[in-house]
Amino acid sequence: MRTSLSIVLCGLASTPALAADLDLKLQIPQIDVVEYHRPYVAVWLERADQSVAANLAVWYDLKKRDHEGEKYLTDLRQWWRRSGRELAMPVDGISGPTRVVGEQELRFKSGTAPLGDLPAGQYQLVIEAAREAGGRELVKIPLQWPVQKATVLEAQGSSELGKISLAITP
Amino acid sequence: MKFSLKSLVVIAVTALPFAAQAHKAFLLPSTTVLTESDHKITVDAAVSNDLFYFNHVPMRLDDLQITAPDGSSVAPENVATGAFRSVFDVPLAQPGTYRIASVSNGVSASWTEGGKPRRWRGSEATLKTEVPAKAKDLRVTQVANRVETFVTVGKPSLGALATTSVGIELVPVTHPNDLYVGEAATFKLLLDGKPTAGLKVTVIPGATRYRDQVNDITTTTDADGAFTVTWPQAGMYWLHASLAAEREGKGDEDDNDNGDKGKAGIANRRSAKPAPVSAERPRRVGYTATFEVLP
Repeated sequence: MRTSLSIVLCGLASTPALAADLDLKLQIPQIDVVEYHRPYVAVWLERADQSVAANLAVWYDLKKRDHEGEKYLTDLRQWWRRSGRELAMPVDGISGPTRVVGEQELRFKSGTAPLGDLPAGQYQLVIEAAREAGGRELVKIPLQWPVQKATVLEAQGSSELGKISLAITP
Repeated sequence: MKFSLKSLVVIAVTALPFAAQAHKAFLLPSTTVLTESDHKITVDAAVSNDLFYFNHVPMRLDDLQITAPDGSSVAPENVATGAFRSVFDVPLAQPGTYRIASVSNGVSASWTEGGKPRRWRGSEATLKTEVPAKAKDLRVTQVANRVETFVTVGKPSLGALATTSVGIELVPVTHPNDLYVGEAATFKLLLDGKPTAGLKVTVIPGATRYRDQVNDITTTTDADGAFTVTWPQAGMYWLHASLAAEREGKGDEDDNDNGDKGKAGIANRRSAKPAPVSAERPRRVGYTATFEVLP
């Protein structure tokens, strides 16, 4: 009786404990072209109906005069449609400057902005990259939230993105 | 012989308004989806056979109406008309959707004077003073024609899309700047403010020069005046619906947008009964829009 009660309590305690860390590593590939610009990159979590559950990062040219770097945010087509066009840039905690070629790391904590509290469910992590005078690529990683044990999910871009890995630690 | 020559002239004269309509009028914006750091777009305006190329005549810009997201009117800048196209810039001071349209509501007349065909365009008010009432072979037609396109800064809005209840107008169910390949878009067409069933709609993808077939998509409005298009590819699209009043109620007859139906089609139209749209005179109404479908 006592044991089973403690199991029940344990179960109760673990269900709302959605706290988890998200550790995202994404590779910006070296691209051998005459005119290279660092890609604009957007990272967000979408629900099954493609609505945005959390905007996680937007890397773009923040330094240009008169917000001119924002002009090309529409090249992140999917992000622009899903949430970009509703936002006033820059957004604290989400906007950041473009990043160099190589592995880039982003960490998010549930309960804390920009990830916030995520209700249990099926999601997709979406990474979109668009490069001035270059191409565009969108990579999605499906995930079930929350996770019961530490999970590593991987995906591979083919042009504007390289290897992507998402480590979720409950 | 004399008689048949005369009837040929009549056909030629009456064919003119249709011939003009046979070509495709369009407003082609440089960009349709923008951020608030964009301050301007440029628009090409032309009438041609091929989409979207400037190979016939420029569009006259007398009837240009640019509506800002808040419903106010915007004046075009750097307006110019060349041999094949007109061009103008549109300043984008507010976020939201802009409607850029060429709207003509008036009267066109054709008649014979001294054996020569004459044509005239104007308003109902100036018709009496500028067109001889007893002109030979006088034919007066009421014209309501709208050619338009839409561009959006930031989030799409509907303020500029208010209808006027004149001619054929588009009511968005899907926003015209929210169109994506593979997705279905639904719009409603109104005739003088009322949903119009059975109106034939033609949709043609641009870049016609680089393919052998027109690849037009045709559909018909349902009881609510609505129709749905699923975009087969990304790119610019030309959408057209028209109604020659003589033929109203005759259902999905050949449209006159391709113009190459020949004299038989024209003779057919001539013989058709006048429509109830206007008690006094026949009427031609047309609607044309340019849409951008994104990948």
